[in-house]
Amino acid sequence: MTRQFFAYLLVMALVTYGIRMIPFTLMRSKIKSKYIKSFLYYVPYSVLGAMTFPYIFYSTGNVFTAALGTAVAFVLAFFRCSLIVVAICASMAAYLAGLI
Amino acid sequence: MTDIKSQNSYIYGLLKGLPIALGYLSVSFGFGISALGQGIWGLGTILISLTNLTSAGQVAGVAIIAAGGTFLEMALTQLVINIRYCLMGLALTQKLDKSFTTIHRMITSFGITDEVFAVAAAERGMIGRRFMYGLITLPYFGWALGTTLGVYAGQILPQNLCAALGIAIYSMFVAIIVPPSRDDKGTLLAVLISSGISCAFYFIPLFAGISQGFSVIICAVVAAGIMAFVAPKDLET
Repeated sequence: MTRQFFAYLLVMALVTYGIRMIPFTLMRSKIKSKYIKSFLYYVPYSVLGAMTFPYIFYSTGNVFTAALGTAVAFVLAFFRCSLIVVAICASMAAYLAGLI
Repeated sequence: MTDIKSQNSYIYGLLKGLPIALGYLSVSFGFGISALGQGIWGLGTILISLTNLTSAGQVAGVAIIAAGGTFLEMALTQLVINIRYCLMGLALTQKLDKSFTTIHRMITSFGITDEVFAVAAAERGMIGRRFMYGLITLPYFGWALGTTLGVYAGQILPQNLCAALGIAIYSMFVAIIVPPSRDDKGTLLAVLISSGISCAFYFIPLFAGISQGFSVIICAVVAAGIMAFVAPKDLET
């Protein structure tokens, strides 16, 4: 059982590390193409958009408290509050909404 | 301040990593509870977090271990879910200054996660290896600590507090994407397109077979692909 587990762990860890390490280590040249540079500029925001929606609304197990937390996060983020302030206030809003 | 174009302070990196680490605490806490519930031994669950450092990949991996899946299935699942790190790593290489020699690239690449990438990519100008080491330090330990707490103390915290903490990581994503979307229409559109496709995949039954990891790849490639064509950026990095 333990042997089996470590075999799984090894496969998981090696594949995940390889995906991260190989391009990061081997890519040494500057990308010239304006299209590819622009593409890479948009990737992080696109990734985060797809990871946030619609999952944020189910993140607390209650769509009502999550929606309230999301609204708080949006307002604070719009006024450029720091990541930690947004995260704590949104969680607090969701927690307080759950007490009602 | 030897080179104003390169950010290379360990302490500055640590500070930038703190909110990520706090966000990870709650997410990995949930992971610890869930893995234990699926019959994975506690120490093993912590080892998974220490060696993988990836939320979606670990959740899928634990499900495969619990179901006794094949090693091929495990490898393919991790590949599909985590292939986004390949894109992110490629994007980040364009911002690395000369302090990133091969060995430091090999070490710091382990710490590339969605949030670490987003913060590093949002940094103006080039980044140095000290900044990167600082940035990944706290998230790594936060992820491990949260998992450990989830494994050993999951039953102690009040349920409703645990549930509310579930939104922490997502609200952090919101905090990363809203300010640049406010300033730049192209970025706003990229976020709207990718969020829209993501919701379509989630809600339309036809797409029910698409896993979350795969969905993120499709959404990101389509949205960034369209916007790079419609609104190309003149980037001087």
